[in-house]
Amino acid sequence: MRLYSVLRTSTKLLMPPIMLFALYVQFHGDYGPGGGFQAGVIFAVAFIVFTLIFGPVRARQVAPRWVTTPMCAVGVLLYAGVGLATLLMGGEYLNYNVLAHDPHHGQHLGILLVELGVGITVWAVMVSIFLAFVGHDGDDEEEDDDPASAWGCDEGTLIDAREDDRA
Amino acid sequence: MEHIIDIVLMAFMAVAAIVMIRLRSLFAVVMLSGIFSLLSASLFVVLDAVDVAFTEAAVGAGISTVLMLSTLALTFRDERPPRRRDPVPLVVVLVTGAALVYGTLDMPHFGDPDAPIHHHVAPRYIVDSPVEVGPPNMVTSVLASYRGYDTLGETTVIFTAGIGVMVLLAGSWRRRRRPASGRTPGGTETRS
Amino acid sequence: MLETVLGLYNYWIVILLMMAGFYTVIARGNLAKKIIGLNIFQTSVFLLYISMGYVEGGTAPIVDPDGADLYTNPLPSVLILTAIVVGVATTALGLALVVRIRESYGTLEEDEILEIEDRRDGEA
Repeated sequence: MRLYSVLRTSTKLLMPPIMLFALYVQFHGDYGPGGGFQAGVIFAVAFIVFTLIFGPVRARQVAPRWVTTPMCAVGVLLYAGVGLATLLMGGEYLNYNVLAHDPHHGQHLGILLVELGVGITVWAVMVSIFLAFVGHDGDDEEEDDDPASAWGCDEGTLIDAREDDRA
Repeated sequence: MEHIIDIVLMAFMAVAAIVMIRLRSLFAVVMLSGIFSLLSASLFVVLDAVDVAFTEAAVGAGISTVLMLSTLALTFRDERPPRRRDPVPLVVVLVTGAALVYGTLDMPHFGDPDAPIHHHVAPRYIVDSPVEVGPPNMVTSVLASYRGYDTLGETTVIFTAGIGVMVLLAGSWRRRRRPASGRTPGGTETRS
Repeated sequence: MLETVLGLYNYWIVILLMMAGFYTVIARGNLAKKIIGLNIFQTSVFLLYISMGYVEGGTAPIVDPDGADLYTNPLPSVLILTAIVVGVATTALGLALVVRIRESYGTLEEDEILEIEDRRDGEA
């Protein structure tokens, strides 16, 4: 892809507006069409375009595994955490009325946080899935150079267990 | 006018679906499925479901087409011609379709405001959600507030599917590559 | 008669699409094609729901300050909105399985995979 300078430049130009649009969709979802699901997907599209043009190795530098994998869980936990917060503040699970003094403000805050959680999970899952497909058989050298990632040790022991099974 | 657009888009989708059955080049089929999703997104706009149209355009026409293309890159581009023609599936499909069409004869007509679906739960959302929840977009208030449990479950499903894909694809890659490459950062070299 | 046809046209095409997807799933041996068939089926179910939620002369379910009072049913929109994203996540899972099957068996045709399975069972 080193030769396609038009594609490379226009991708660099397109990425910020796509991300900005995703954020607009995320936080304007209360007033117009949009919300966490769409915003997460659009935010992921920015990364997918980047991967298509610059390849999975550079994409993993932009969205490293240690960011995308935990983010998948962070969104769900944020969502569930809002539910726990309402429970602790004396309401029912996911009853946002108790989050602020005024039920309307509480609802607004609750919906904002919950949609943010949805958006984070959808973004992280879509980027991870796409990079898993793209990096699957390719020469994803960056992986070999990255032994210090938090996941290296765990998977190393996993591989040990598998090889023991085979032997 | 809306009806004409609706009928035309529906006809396009039917044509696209039938061509997708007949084509053997999977690459062409995937491109057609992108077109199919985009057509359905335009249809959702005509049917006043703007949020759904938005999602379908981003997800169906964008992400799933890209995912299918990357699958084809890892597998095959063409489908093998069938060894023999089996009439059973066609009969099953025709009988099921006829039964379903028979079932629609009792359904309320398309766009009928008096249909039962519009008189049970929906009025509560339409009338009360601006007062009880606040956001002008009713879909958002139903999604995140009234049916918050539902959405939490859906988010968990997405999370689980993502983990499943990562385990299926990333796991196999490590198992094959690591012993061969000779560089074993996880401390595996002591055993091999 | 014409009224019935116009009133039910949407549902009939949706059923046609459903059956097209169903046929692809049960008649075709290629696993990737089967997943595409499932996708067609899925989209047709979305269309069925949204068609049922449509109200003639209504507007999108976003509160209109000028006081429109006939809105399209928001409930099918909510259900389908989440179903689309969940659908693509599960499709990705299916495609990942397809990739792994291709690696283990070297083919995506159902009958060839079954033959290989039979041969392996015979050897074992």
